[in-house]
Amino acid sequence: MTPRIRRFTRLLTAHIDGPLLMVMMVLMGIGLTVIYSGSNQGISRVSSQMLNMLVALTVMYVFANISPHALTRIALPLYLLGVLLLVCVALFGEVVNGARRWLFIGVTRIQPSEIMKIAVPLMLAWYFDRYQSALKLKNYIIAVLLLIVPVGLVVRQPDLGTALLISAAGAYVLFLAGLSWRIILGVAAAGAACMPFVWSMMHDYQRQRILTLIDPTQDPLGSGYHTIQSTIALGSGGVFGKGWLQGSQTHLDFIPERTTDFIFAVFSEEFGLIGNSLLLVLFLLIIARGVVITANAPTLFTRLFGGAITLTFFTYAFVNMGMVSGILPVVGVPLPLISYGGTSMVTVCLGLGILMSIQTHKKLVQS
Amino acid sequence: MAELTINPGFELRNSRLEIHHFRLRLAIASTAVLCMFSLLFARFFYLQVVQHSYYTTLAEANRISIVPIVPNRGIIVDRNGVLLASNYSAYTLEITPGKVEDLDAVIDDVATVVEITPRDRRRFKKLLEESKSFESLPIRTRLSDEEIARFAANRYRFPGVDMNARLFRQYPQGELFSHVVGHIGRINQRELDQLDDDGFAANYRGTDYIGKVGLEQSYEASLHGTTGVEQVEVDSGGRPVRTLSRTMPVSGNNLVLNLDAKLQEVIYEAFGDYRGALVAVDPKTGGVLAFVSKPGFDPNLFVDGIDPQNWKELNESIDRPMVNRALAGTYPPGSTFKPYMALAALTYGKRRPEQRISDGGGFNFGGRFFRDDKVGGHGLVDMYKSIVVSCDTYYYMLANDLGIDNISNFMRQFGFGSRTGIDVTGEAGGILPSQEWKQRRYKQKWYAGETISIGIGQGYNAYTPLQLAQAVATLANDGVMFRPHIVNYVEDTVTRKRTVVEPQPLRTIDLKPEHLKVVKNAMVGVNKEGTGARAYAGAPYVSAGKTGTAQVVAIKQGEKYVESRVQERNRDHALFIAYAPADDPKIALAVLVENAGFGARTAAPISRQVFDYYLLGKKPTPLKAGKENPNDPAD
Repeated sequence: MTPRIRRFTRLLTAHIDGPLLMVMMVLMGIGLTVIYSGSNQGISRVSSQMLNMLVALTVMYVFANISPHALTRIALPLYLLGVLLLVCVALFGEVVNGARRWLFIGVTRIQPSEIMKIAVPLMLAWYFDRYQSALKLKNYIIAVLLLIVPVGLVVRQPDLGTALLISAAGAYVLFLAGLSWRIILGVAAAGAACMPFVWSMMHDYQRQRILTLIDPTQDPLGSGYHTIQSTIALGSGGVFGKGWLQGSQTHLDFIPERTTDFIFAVFSEEFGLIGNSLLLVLFLLIIARGVVITANAPTLFTRLFGGAITLTFFTYAFVNMGMVSGILPVVGVPLPLISYGGTSMVTVCLGLGILMSIQTHKKLVQS
Repeated sequence: MAELTINPGFELRNSRLEIHHFRLRLAIASTAVLCMFSLLFARFFYLQVVQHSYYTTLAEANRISIVPIVPNRGIIVDRNGVLLASNYSAYTLEITPGKVEDLDAVIDDVATVVEITPRDRRRFKKLLEESKSFESLPIRTRLSDEEIARFAANRYRFPGVDMNARLFRQYPQGELFSHVVGHIGRINQRELDQLDDDGFAANYRGTDYIGKVGLEQSYEASLHGTTGVEQVEVDSGGRPVRTLSRTMPVSGNNLVLNLDAKLQEVIYEAFGDYRGALVAVDPKTGGVLAFVSKPGFDPNLFVDGIDPQNWKELNESIDRPMVNRALAGTYPPGSTFKPYMALAALTYGKRRPEQRISDGGGFNFGGRFFRDDKVGGHGLVDMYKSIVVSCDTYYYMLANDLGIDNISNFMRQFGFGSRTGIDVTGEAGGILPSQEWKQRRYKQKWYAGETISIGIGQGYNAYTPLQLAQAVATLANDGVMFRPHIVNYVEDTVTRKRTVVEPQPLRTIDLKPEHLKVVKNAMVGVNKEGTGARAYAGAPYVSAGKTGTAQVVAIKQGEKYVESRVQERNRDHALFIAYAPADDPKIALAVLVENAGFGARTAAPISRQVFDYYLLGKKPTPLKAGKENPNDPAD
């Protein structure tokens, strides 16, 4: 009996990465605690987030059990589907809040740009893996084109935040694949030179966000309001914070989007610098685990894809906390594993599931 | 790329070199991650440690709203406790223009629930022009219980329209005290700036009204009180969540006046249809017993903003009800000047009391004939007679003998031509003519001929009724002059502590008792056997007085003033100064009746009624304007 159950359990958990899951659970617990406070002790929000977590953990479990090799097979179709959908958005998409981001397919609306967050690094990792024996400049140029096409489509929607995140994911793959420093520096220089041109291409609200970042007081009741209020929340939290459920900025409604994009302001106000440091450490632990897994990954594909997932996770956390603390412009990026919302929870867990898969399928490949 | 092209073409996957290169890149990325997180930590440290107190202040400012609690304004009562200015609480309907898109449409809508008269609309328009759009302005005041209920039920239909309980100022005596008590009104920008300059702006947070004229203005600092403060926690929408602390306001102080509302009413009635002014003071303290300027106006009109139509009527009325005649109107004193002239003559040794002059009906000076009021003159006149019958010729000559500088130096001591310093603002200074004054005013030298008519209180002479009252009070009090004050004491509403406005002796004029006796005796003679005798016939007390007539229009050389020929508004003003009882004066007064002709006929009887009421408690009988009495004694 006992050995059989043990064997069965081992089979079930064979593809779960213990350390990663542990840190994830701690972060999710923190998330629930803060959502409870941010929603003014709303049990319904907490329980619906628990449901989101359940779904996300299931997705994670499923992807942890799928071999990375299987993913290489869907890379190209998924990418092509994503691009097709983006083209459809550009042609038939619904306009919400002045941006054409959504596509209505029969029963529900989808946002194809979300798919590209996974599809682009997957595609690029697959591409490099496929041509790894003889990588030439041409391959890099093709990879860059593979990246530019969806990013361009997303920029046109316009959705600058998502476009930047997709480019980041793609860029990580390119960087890890060994893109020459000369080209990296060259592109960086060219990018800087293009800034005025990009500025003239930007929409007014996009420019406004950047201007607001430089000086939030310029528009204290308009676009600067969120940044000012979340900065006040952070600063007034101090070293120890105001205590759970005690944040005045939070509970008197000064912080917008308290359970989603600005949840970090709530956390930071109530738990202070000590809480923030703990959160940074927890995120670093996940990233470190991702780096370790990636460094030991068996194939170029898993290395590139795993690296991209790890660095994308970092990007989400960094951009969100940077935005809330007022050093980055306000873009709609949730705080991974903490913010309320099913989509982001599932996406993040899916990525971490793939990391687990890379880690746990390694032995199988080697053996 | 260079790294990868050196891959020597081995078909071996995962070559060590390749992995080495990858790990190098990964290490670089990890370092970048650490750097970025350090950057975040630095930012957190900066916000939460370095700038912590700054952001705490901001968060508190966000959270806490300071709500002023307006103190109750002090009330004003007369010497017997009769209410002159009080407060009452009532509901008002207020619109915040900034929150409303189409004002007229909203007002029309509100009018279906609560009655809104055209007057209310006009008044609202006027307020709107004077205010800022974020202030809430009353469209209707004093809602009835039924209206309150009806609006409350329909409130949801009117965003930006609120019903508020407010304290209102009320002046129960209406017109009677309009010029003394004054009134409050909405604070305007100029007053706001003034409050700011004086450092009182904080105490006026939440206060909409301020004293505009009269005691309401001059005692503003006492009446207003100290504004209380409530600290309220608010959410981002500014809605109050809970009260954190509260400092109660301190009510303003009450004013208890020397005035007697009953006496004031007696005087008002005694004036009948005439316009004019009367100031009565207690000669021994300077306490003002009566202060009338007629006509007045209803001060209640101003409390919640006067509507343009009433404003126009008040401003354009030929009777000029807005002018405080007692305080700011200046008039020639006429013959009421004569007792002081006589006193000056004695003091400067220019006349002896028994010294007689011959009045042949006038005085010739420099080719000009100064006519006596009595055709043919009064014959031989000594000082006593000169006052009792009011002989002009005696004073033409005296003025000439004294000279303008002696006259002005002497009269200045009695307060002629200078502000009395009464505790109401807006006092006029009047004109005490002198060589120096004329040089300053007209850049001309004084002509000796101009001195002559000064002697009978005409010419450049122009004084306020208040100055006339103060002068006669000083005379009655044997030269000891007090600063007139309307307020008896200021009462602290909390501690009931009284701050008495102490009588302030301004100066004691150096006068010889025997000189005073002569003049005062002659003034008693006026009321006994002279120009005031008819008015004072049968009085059970001994009083002293002097009639006067002030020319409104100059009479041509050699022409006699015939009242019936002169248009009503151009008729002479009647004047009377008096005090009683003569041996121990308790009340001194000056009364001016506009366009009423001889002082003896209208002004003296009014003074009689004041004395009768004040000394005996008798009720008055009113006068009728324009009533002819052919048997007038000459003034």
